[in-house]
Amino acid sequence: MDSDTRLLLSIVGGILVVSSLIGFILSRRASSDAVRMTLANLNARIRSWWVMSAIFSATILLGPVFTTTLFALLSFLAMREFVTLTKTERADHEVLFWAFFVILPLHYLLVGIGWYGMFTIFIPVYAFVFIPFRRVLTGETRNFLANTSRIQWALLICVYAVSHMPMILRLPIHGYEGENAKLLFFFVLTVQLSDVLQYVWGKTCGKHPVAPRVSPHKTWEGTVGGIASAVLVSTLLWWATPFTPWQAALMALLVCLAGFFGGLVLSAIKRDLGAKDWGGSIAGHGGFLDRIDSLCFAAPLFFHITGFCFGTGIDPQPPKWLLEWMGRM
Amino acid sequence: MRALLAALIRLATGVRLLHEIPHDGGPAIIFANHASHMDFVVVWAALPEELREQTRPAAAEDYWTSNRLRRWIACRVFRAILIPRRNVCRGNHPVDRLGIALEAGESVILFPEGGRSESEEPGEFKSGLFHLARRYPDIPLVPVQLENLSRILPKGSTLPVPLIAQARFLAPIRIEPGEAKRGFLDRARRALLDHPSG
Repeated sequence: MDSDTRLLLSIVGGILVVSSLIGFILSRRASSDAVRMTLANLNARIRSWWVMSAIFSATILLGPVFTTTLFALLSFLAMREFVTLTKTERADHEVLFWAFFVILPLHYLLVGIGWYGMFTIFIPVYAFVFIPFRRVLTGETRNFLANTSRIQWALLICVYAVSHMPMILRLPIHGYEGENAKLLFFFVLTVQLSDVLQYVWGKTCGKHPVAPRVSPHKTWEGTVGGIASAVLVSTLLWWATPFTPWQAALMALLVCLAGFFGGLVLSAIKRDLGAKDWGGSIAGHGGFLDRIDSLCFAAPLFFHITGFCFGTGIDPQPPKWLLEWMGRM
Repeated sequence: MRALLAALIRLATGVRLLHEIPHDGGPAIIFANHASHMDFVVVWAALPEELREQTRPAAAEDYWTSNRLRRWIACRVFRAILIPRRNVCRGNHPVDRLGIALEAGESVILFPEGGRSESEEPGEFKSGLFHLARRYPDIPLVPVQLENLSRILPKGSTLPVPLIAQARFLAPIRIEPGEAKRGFLDRARRALLDHPSG
């Protein structure tokens, strides 16, 4: 463990200790039942954060195999929640078996061996084609388009998007070899911190809802305050990344915005399916998908923009004439 | 070992452990809709441990004795009461076999449809539940709504899909004195259909 990693872990530990203390003090001073309810939920959330941070930090320290396995498990649990709520039918059963037990493990095997080219197309091309092929064999035409799309979305969000996080460990970056774990840590910390700070700002001074029909608790005050403060904190962590402070600020802003929209999109899907939470597995938070919703959409963007701007040519490059033209500008 | 098995089943199916016994204690007749081979396993695993150790599921004799592994699972692991579905006679009558367990103070889990249906919605109930209820009118009947099990392991498939199941234990019902068979069975079936408010 290098000194940067140690410092990152200490910062997370420090934030957790401080928030636990605040939660404890607030709950002792609570006066009304409504406040007590909110604080009980807050303290449940903080306790869950301790567990989640510990598991995530431990797997990061144990190396890429453990990190990849952790995210594979997370994908499995998230897809389980997603498919449970989508109300698929009997004709989807065999396709779902393939999705959970063949496509998901194969995809994470590609992450594990770092086969970048196949990783990017396995689900968008091969799984995309296979799913309707297998379902058409059942002969059932009712809800064909709707249900194949649901399964494709389940794989794209819960498996493909999520797997870009462990894939950050495989991203070759100029002058940053062997340090990618810190970049993954930076990304997850930024997005989750932005979620937490949006919640804190929203609870303390949120008034004007952003999207009352999609997510009634998200407010303008919470969103702007949360994203601004998360970007500020993440900028101060630039030393752990391959970015300069300005670049770190821009990247943090990008992933916070993507995280915000990702959270809204998954909220819209959840409401479309008639549910309030994706599940009940994490105390105070809901399901696994409720916790990682903002990471899902931000991860592929962060991965590819980092790869494009700072990578060693792993990401698709534009044609030469366009590069020359851009160079001339 | 059995507590560990129950915990593993809950982990695999997402079914929650019930914290309180759904009735006043003593033996109960627990009944549920039937769509999957996993059904009795899930109801069994959801019961609080003290009740689980005193509960025996009913299982179709023809299916669960058709090979050694199934027989071992049914008889040894779950202590199932085997129910004949064909050639029922005085000597092997299902109501008698279930009655032995109830008289010994044990609870039973049974599926009044007599077989798995294609969907979550329960089919017509066979009369077994009525005869059992009439013979033991003081024993509470606990309805359990099972959700998503037909999507985890449906009839006609051997491939499981790891979705999250639910076992919803509802308020017990009892047979009224002199209640007719049709009326009682309809009432019991409706208990599995009604969705509790909220």
